[in-house]
Amino acid sequence: MPRVIFRGSTYEAGGQSVLDCLTDQGHAVPSACRAGVCQSCLMRAVRGAVPEQAQRGMTPTMVARNLFLACQCFPTQDLEVALADDVIQRIEAKVAAIETLSDEIRAVHIRPTAPFEYRAGQFVRLFMDPRTSRNYSLASVPLLDDDLMMHVRRVPGGQVSGWIFNRMKPGDTVTISEAFGDCFYVPGRSEQNLLLLGTGCGLAPLFGIVRDALNRGHRGRIHLYHGSRDACGLYLVEKLAGLAAMHPSLRYRPCISEGPSADGFWAGTPLQVALDENPDLSGWRVYLCGNPQMVEAARMQTFLAGAGSSEIFADPFLPSGTASTSAPNLQ
Amino acid sequence: MGLYEDLGGAAAVDAAVDIFYRKVLKDDRINRFFASVDMAKQAAKQKMFLTMAFGGPNNYTGLDMRKGHAHLVKRGLNDSHFDAVVEDLGATLKELKVPDHLIAKVAAIAETTRNDVLGK
Repeated sequence: MPRVIFRGSTYEAGGQSVLDCLTDQGHAVPSACRAGVCQSCLMRAVRGAVPEQAQRGMTPTMVARNLFLACQCFPTQDLEVALADDVIQRIEAKVAAIETLSDEIRAVHIRPTAPFEYRAGQFVRLFMDPRTSRNYSLASVPLLDDDLMMHVRRVPGGQVSGWIFNRMKPGDTVTISEAFGDCFYVPGRSEQNLLLLGTGCGLAPLFGIVRDALNRGHRGRIHLYHGSRDACGLYLVEKLAGLAAMHPSLRYRPCISEGPSADGFWAGTPLQVALDENPDLSGWRVYLCGNPQMVEAARMQTFLAGAGSSEIFADPFLPSGTASTSAPNLQ
Repeated sequence: MGLYEDLGGAAAVDAAVDIFYRKVLKDDRINRFFASVDMAKQAAKQKMFLTMAFGGPNNYTGLDMRKGHAHLVKRGLNDSHFDAVVEDLGATLKELKVPDHLIAKVAAIAETTRNDVLGK
């Protein structure tokens, strides 16, 4: 008989769904439709195989993270499960280097002291102290980079960015969370065109995803639009232009939304420039990161331009330096 | 076989949901009721609605419908808007080459929710 293992206890599945099995045992698992549609009962498989039916309708990134719908999951073998947002692990890491990308932005290179699994485009929580932390997207790629890299913008009066800019130095020990988030590159469907839109430090995960996709031999077009109000807010411009020169499939557009335009830059928001150049997004995969208003507008506009709702990836958190109401622990 | 199976089950819902939701968002008669909400959540809701209208598994109750739409009724949601949604749903199914007699059945199921949705 297959068993369900949850929070250290083992239960006979008895032909029930994981949801029914756990709620019968008195565990509080969120649920609503119980028909595999609403995704309220999302859980994560820690060990064991998830039946295919339990992942129907999910995005490829959710499948890759072993998420599944508890109401649709009838285990055929032992399955250890956790709530999708169960308390995250903390890991010690060393600051390997701090690099200046612009007046406002530093790249912090961090080396975990234990094996660390992540995907380019995910984010980690960086702890200044046990109660003060911020989420930062990873700009590094596991197969290409030795260290984790995050882009940090100096926020006026910002506690954590102030600590990073003024006090952090190579060799310091810091605490980070495990990596999480659904906004990452999934290999396969390598002919699919990719559209990536970012503002400010929202470039970090996109920088990782672009390099990951190129490194894995992605064959479709890869169009990256990075925007800021003025040229000072853009960074990694030469590096990305160089990457685009090496890879004909990569198009890179640094966009300036206010003030006079300049040579080598495109006028408008990244969303405007992207839709001008790619009016039909049917079949495209879309990644969005940065300013939350831009992300929500872009989610809607790229969908209306033809991108499938399950092919639009954006994390519901904000990259460093943006005020937030939705993300915990972000000032 | 039931209507849900005739239509193609969950795969039919997946095929229809984006087409339907795009039509609703582009429909100036009703898109103001859909525009200000979180799009990812909205897409999941459209999926639940289609599953129900296709005769598929759901746990919707009339009370859920009333509660879920009360804020829209306050903003003026009325019969003409309900008709527009049903029309967009029909156009979606036509685009997917669903035969007319099945479209009529879907419209009839949607119709059963009218009074709850409009809080009558």
